[in-house]
Amino acid sequence: MSEVESPQYTAKDFSSDQDVRWCPGCGDYSILKQVQSVMPEIGVEKEDIVFISGIGCSSRFPYYMNTYGMHSIHGRAPAIASGLKVANPDLSVWVITGDGDALSIGGNHLIHLLRRNFDLNILLFNNEIYGLTKGQYSPTSPEGKVTKSTPMGSIDHPFNPLSLASGADGTFIARAMDRDPKHLRDILRDANSHKGTSLVEIYQNCNVFNDGAFGQFTDKDTREDTTVFVEHGKPMIFGKGGSKGLILENATPRVVDLTTGEYTVENLWVHDKYNRFKADVLMRCFEVPEENGLPRPFGVFFETERPCYEDMLHEQIDYAIERKGKGDLDALLAGTNTWEIK
Amino acid sequence: MENQISEKSTRVREEKKDVTILFAGDSGDGIQLTGSQFSNTSALFGNDISTFPNYPAEIRAPQGTIAGVSGFQLNFGSVEIYTPGDLCDVLVVMNAAALKANLDKLKIGGTLIANTAGFDKKNLKLAGYVDMRNPLENDFHGKYRLIEIDVTKLTREALKDSDLGTKEKDRSKNMFVLGFLYWMYNRELAPTEGFLKEKFAKRPDLVESNMAVLKAGYHYGDTSEVFTSRYEVKPAPMPTGKYRNAMGNQALAIGLIAAAQKAGLSLFYGSYPITPASDILHELARHKNFDVRSFQAEDEIAAVTSAIGASFAGNLGVTASSGPGIALKGEALGLACILELPLVVINVQRGGPSTGLPTKTEQADLFQAMYGRNGEAPIPILAPASPKDCFEMAFQATKIAVEHMTPVMLLSDGYIANGAEPWMYPSASDLGEIAPKYAAKAEDEVFLPYKRDAKGVRPWAKPGMKGFEHRIGGLEKADLTGDVSYDPDNHQKMVKIRAEKISNLAHVFPAQEIDQGEMGAQLCILTWGSTYGAVKTAVKEMLETGYSVAHIHVKYLYPFPKNLETLLKSFDQVLVPELNNGQLVRIIRSEFLIDAKPLNKIKGMPFTSIEVKEEALKFINS
Ligand code: SF4
Repeated sequence: MSEVESPQYTAKDFSSDQDVRWCPGCGDYSILKQVQSVMPEIGVEKEDIVFISGIGCSSRFPYYMNTYGMHSIHGRAPAIASGLKVANPDLSVWVITGDGDALSIGGNHLIHLLRRNFDLNILLFNNEIYGLTKGQYSPTSPEGKVTKSTPMGSIDHPFNPLSLASGADGTFIARAMDRDPKHLRDILRDANSHKGTSLVEIYQNCNVFNDGAFGQFTDKDTREDTTVFVEHGKPMIFGKGGSKGLILENATPRVVDLTTGEYTVENLWVHDKYNRFKADVLMRCFEVPEENGLPRPFGVFFETERPCYEDMLHEQIDYAIERKGKGDLDALLAGTNTWEIK
Repeated sequence: MENQISEKSTRVREEKKDVTILFAGDSGDGIQLTGSQFSNTSALFGNDISTFPNYPAEIRAPQGTIAGVSGFQLNFGSVEIYTPGDLCDVLVVMNAAALKANLDKLKIGGTLIANTAGFDKKNLKLAGYVDMRNPLENDFHGKYRLIEIDVTKLTREALKDSDLGTKEKDRSKNMFVLGFLYWMYNRELAPTEGFLKEKFAKRPDLVESNMAVLKAGYHYGDTSEVFTSRYEVKPAPMPTGKYRNAMGNQALAIGLIAAAQKAGLSLFYGSYPITPASDILHELARHKNFDVRSFQAEDEIAAVTSAIGASFAGNLGVTASSGPGIALKGEALGLACILELPLVVINVQRGGPSTGLPTKTEQADLFQAMYGRNGEAPIPILAPASPKDCFEMAFQATKIAVEHMTPVMLLSDGYIANGAEPWMYPSASDLGEIAPKYAAKAEDEVFLPYKRDAKGVRPWAKPGMKGFEHRIGGLEKADLTGDVSYDPDNHQKMVKIRAEKISNLAHVFPAQEIDQGEMGAQLCILTWGSTYGAVKTAVKEMLETGYSVAHIHVKYLYPFPKNLETLLKSFDQVLVPELNNGQLVRIIRSEFLIDAKPLNKIKGMPFTSIEVKEEALKFINS
């Protein structure tokens, strides 16, 4: 392909004329800002970008983007986006969804979108609560969570969204958070460059109904010990001053202390985002950090190449035209068996 | 009906105006194939024809049982044919269960052709003849003309030199029956030979064996002494033109493709397999060279929402299902209403509620189409009258959806979907134009996605169009801009605007015509959908007898054509036969304050013209 001149945009060009209506302090603001600032970098004309959402606080997102957009119905954004991609594979499509939208009412569409591998990006805002309906537990709320609908604590076992995506053979699986804008922007760029369905789970603080749900990963005092930011080809180091690392022993991750001399950086687990098995293990680092000491990983866990549904569909159409010729309406109307009455 | 003509051999030759044959047997007996072959051959010969396949819900119901009986009824004639026939002149049964399930459909004096091999002890027991008495032995004396043939034995004999296994040999026994009927009705074997050669292109041995059995059946008629008459059904005097056979679902699929082509749109078809709508998906998937994008979605909701996504992107979004699936699509239809995007929604109705009677026909989803969404969400509703009419109505549904930016519901049913009839197909240049209303504006003008034209239609701006970037959604929108609005007055205004856009279609739809009879008659029979043929036949006969009766058939159910009320009010009485518990009749009563009376049949089977006539006469004589 010849060099195409990239459109010259600034973040402001992507902000629509609508007032943003999230609660003050909501994590959604940061995500909106990072998306708007990454958009000028992806080299796509504004008119070729589409944001599709379902229902929930996060799903108001398309109204705030000065691109094409649809705020659809609860859980169905992945299916709408699938039709959109079939209709026009050249569009840059972003599905905006939340934990209730994507994993509860729209769970079916999410897994099928992932297995079909349409070339689009899913930003899953996970706040572990239903915000728009004012505070019921969600499919990612931890067991025991006390909410309006679970006064005695939730007895639902939560989803591990990344393992779920992996089970559906997602081809790009990542995690980021609202409170780390730079890292979030990096992940958004990576998701955009990936050809196929990119799933980015974004921890998002709902300061009204579930404030601090991810506090241990975002608070200055704890975050160094509770998070590990993984990068392809780099050893997994975390903790204050890089004092800890992860090793992989019999397919099981374990935290080691790098300060005693027993382990060095050389011993650590080096992240390989193309290794499906190891990526699955990494996604399983999901338990509460205090309980087993494992940090919560952030970054691109897994990436692989697989043909995209819309491309194969259009290849079949091209092949059919090549083989049978472009459809001749008169021939279709007549069919193969005709007779004439004179 | 019949008169004797010259006889060359010892056989008597009788001429008949129309004949109804019902083939019945186990679902593994190849009944559907036998029936459709006889239909195609007769259509090619020039008869008018109407067919009705009737198959069991279970794919492989227990062999030999009533539940496993598959039927194929066809009516062909030298006169115009509107239904697959009420009672049949000939009943072909491959086993005892087929007889038990269908004997009541045979006319007194009709011909019963029975495969005696299907009447052994085992078959009698499976069919529920508890005393094991073979009904062929004495029950029918004087009542029917019974022809007993050991089809299984004769088929094996015809293939005695073949290398095929017994199982494979037995599979062609339907060809023996077909051959025998071809002899009875003086039909050529060539069309079926052509079909077999195509079907078994890779198995010449099967072409040969099937042809051998087909010929054996034909010669059996000639040489055996069982039969005294051969029949002649001359070609029907149909309007001149080019014809083909059309099945409802097939014609519907072709109508969608033709409409998409005429509109210059790519066709996106999102669907989830469901009886009896799946054949539309199969047909469309075969025509990818027309840029048809068929998408088998993960569920009914994804089927419709993917179509909405495709329409947003500038394709023609279409989805189809049957009642249960349409129920699942309800919320998305509301979305399409408020977004005002083109969407064609097809409901091939079947018996309900719930899973109901998947393979049987019913018209009980009219209320669902009319009212089955939350909020004020009117959508145009169209219904084809017969298999070939599915083409025209699919074309019109698409035209309305595209030109008026609205979802449109097309109500077919299982009877039309699987039925077939000759179709004088149009040429591509005869078809009307479909003009999408794409957004246009001066460069510095602000784009208003909900600014309407005189007909209330908003512009279609698809992603990729520079300067038209906009957001739409399921929340109530402000007039013109489409921005989210919770303003009370705006909501009322928008509900009215959307409703008016649809109700104004009454002026776009063709004026309602009277199918038969005159305005002001004593009785008007008002129909919609697949009841057309039976009522047409009934009314024709009544008019010939001199009764004051008329028939109006409505294809545009929402909104009604603007002159319908005036027409209906001219009659003394209005009778509405429907395959439901009274839906159109209630709408007519509430809409027009007319004391219309229902005639309901809810048996999963179409009306017979006799049933309609009997009821109609009560109104005229009283
Ligand atoms: S309810 Fe929670 S998630 Fe929703 S806008 Fe308010 S803070 Fe954000």
